[in-house]
Amino acid sequence: MADKVLMKGNEALAEAAIMAGCRHYFGYPITPQTEVAAYLAKRMPKVGGTFLQAESEIAAINMVIGVASAGKRVMTSSSSPGISLKSEGLSYLAGCDLPALVVNVQRGGPGLGGIQPSQSDYFHATRGAGHGDFHMLVLAPASVQEMASLVFKGFDLADKYRMTTMILADGTIGQMMEPVSLDMGEVIAYDKPWAVTGTGGSRKHNIVNSLSLLPEELEQWNIARYQRYAQIEKDEVQYESFLTEDADIVCVAFGVAARVAKNAIVAARAKGIKAGLIRPITLWPFPKEALKKAAEKAKAFVSVELSMGQMIEDVELAIRCRCPVLLCSRVGGMIPTPEEVLAKIEEAQNAGRCE
Amino acid sequence: MKRVTLFAGHYGSGKSSLAVEYALKLASEGDRTIIADLDIVNPYFRSMDSRAELESAGVDVIVSPYAGSNVDVPALPGEMYRIVDDREFKAVVDVGGDDRGALALGRLSGALKQENDYEMILVVNFLRPLTQTPEEAAQVIREIEQAGSLPFTGIVNNTNLGELTTREHVLEGLEKAEKLSSMSGLKLLGSTVKPELLPEIKTASAIYPVRIRHRADWAIF
Repeated sequence: MADKVLMKGNEALAEAAIMAGCRHYFGYPITPQTEVAAYLAKRMPKVGGTFLQAESEIAAINMVIGVASAGKRVMTSSSSPGISLKSEGLSYLAGCDLPALVVNVQRGGPGLGGIQPSQSDYFHATRGAGHGDFHMLVLAPASVQEMASLVFKGFDLADKYRMTTMILADGTIGQMMEPVSLDMGEVIAYDKPWAVTGTGGSRKHNIVNSLSLLPEELEQWNIARYQRYAQIEKDEVQYESFLTEDADIVCVAFGVAARVAKNAIVAARAKGIKAGLIRPITLWPFPKEALKKAAEKAKAFVSVELSMGQMIEDVELAIRCRCPVLLCSRVGGMIPTPEEVLAKIEEAQNAGRCE
Repeated sequence: MKRVTLFAGHYGSGKSSLAVEYALKLASEGDRTIIADLDIVNPYFRSMDSRAELESAGVDVIVSPYAGSNVDVPALPGEMYRIVDDREFKAVVDVGGDDRGALALGRLSGALKQENDYEMILVVNFLRPLTQTPEEAAQVIREIEQAGSLPFTGIVNNTNLGELTTREHVLEGLEKAEKLSSMSGLKLLGSTVKPELLPEIKTASAIYPVRIRHRADWAIF
């Protein structure tokens, strides 16, 4: 390929999956992520991979469980209502400690909602993706380039920790076109001695399973899983800081909201307001320490979201409610304008003070 | 100049942008103009986004009544027959992307062939990942012609990398477009270029400056 090509976010993530060694994709079309399937339908046969349009989202996620059990890299993608359908499978993936990559290009909800961008599946992704105690690694791209790089990294993290990585994108990032470099580096291969690949008569057979009727055993499985989660919270937090060193007002935003916020912050600085941005790249693990540190100097925080206020709860928890946190949000497929964010920054400047 | 101009190609090739620019140009020259957005696949970033600008320039806009609404229905309005029926008007047609998007064109292709006053233009950007070579673009030509039942008549080279487009990108694209032209027998009608680069490009074929329509709200990143 050329050094850089012009791609849609959905295409970039699909190509990055191929570069990460993913040769199995199962999906079902839904706006605004349909290009992922359309692109892979064309590309997978050319690289000896499998593209399969399943009969439903539920079928697709269960095919993912099958391929992951066999130790191969595998992906499915959908948009909000389709991700709800996959929720049972997400819980089973966690219960079986299987690596997989699941993409949610969010649209407005609840229910069928709309087809324009949204970030209102934040709770679902970071807390309640299914029944039982579990987490997914949740990565939030804010550009077409990051759609590619976070998918590549997401496969690596999934294998490293035997977990599901969710790419939590939104309709805008999925649909917009930007120049992208597909120079992703080397794929790290992980040993998967647990995979169900046939014993060849030479070893004890492996079982991939989430069922245990012995409470003592099931408790231990959960505790071991959470020890892994604690390690991830220490090692894998990723975020971007923009003009936060001297910031009185700290915006927190991810995905397309972070792009709008950056434009508002530049405008605020031009008006003499010291504003900055913390952009979580990992939504789980959330960059708690970075926010806590910023709260030592900041007067107030502004959470910019395409939801009725979901991430704001993590912002308040992370800063231990040390200063006011204002919400700037649009929903239903609407995106806040830089002017709306700037107005909220000005409101925060007047309202905010540390005790 | 033909009465009907259709822009088709791989999705993301720049069809919609060029269709909008061309409709505005016709209107500015005093032609009674209609533009039809036949994209029934993708509700994002489409020619309909420029509706206000088009209508204030006097262009009639035909689009699915469901486009951009919350109803995800792949339907086209009966009004689209104005493309072939209303011969007082110049018609600009933004065909949907790829073969899937071109399927709806089949409904009009008979009448278009009968009137025989149309230009069916392949828009190609050789910096798009699935059309990086003349051979890949030729495959897109075959697929769209089969789905839309209408043969292409020409090529417009729209090779670009957005803001990062350089003179070299344009010249490499031009070379590939010329090869595609000789492979397919379709005339290269011209190339587009961002206005700043216009003085740097010397070519025998036509060249048109086209500005990039920004989404300024998330420009800085």
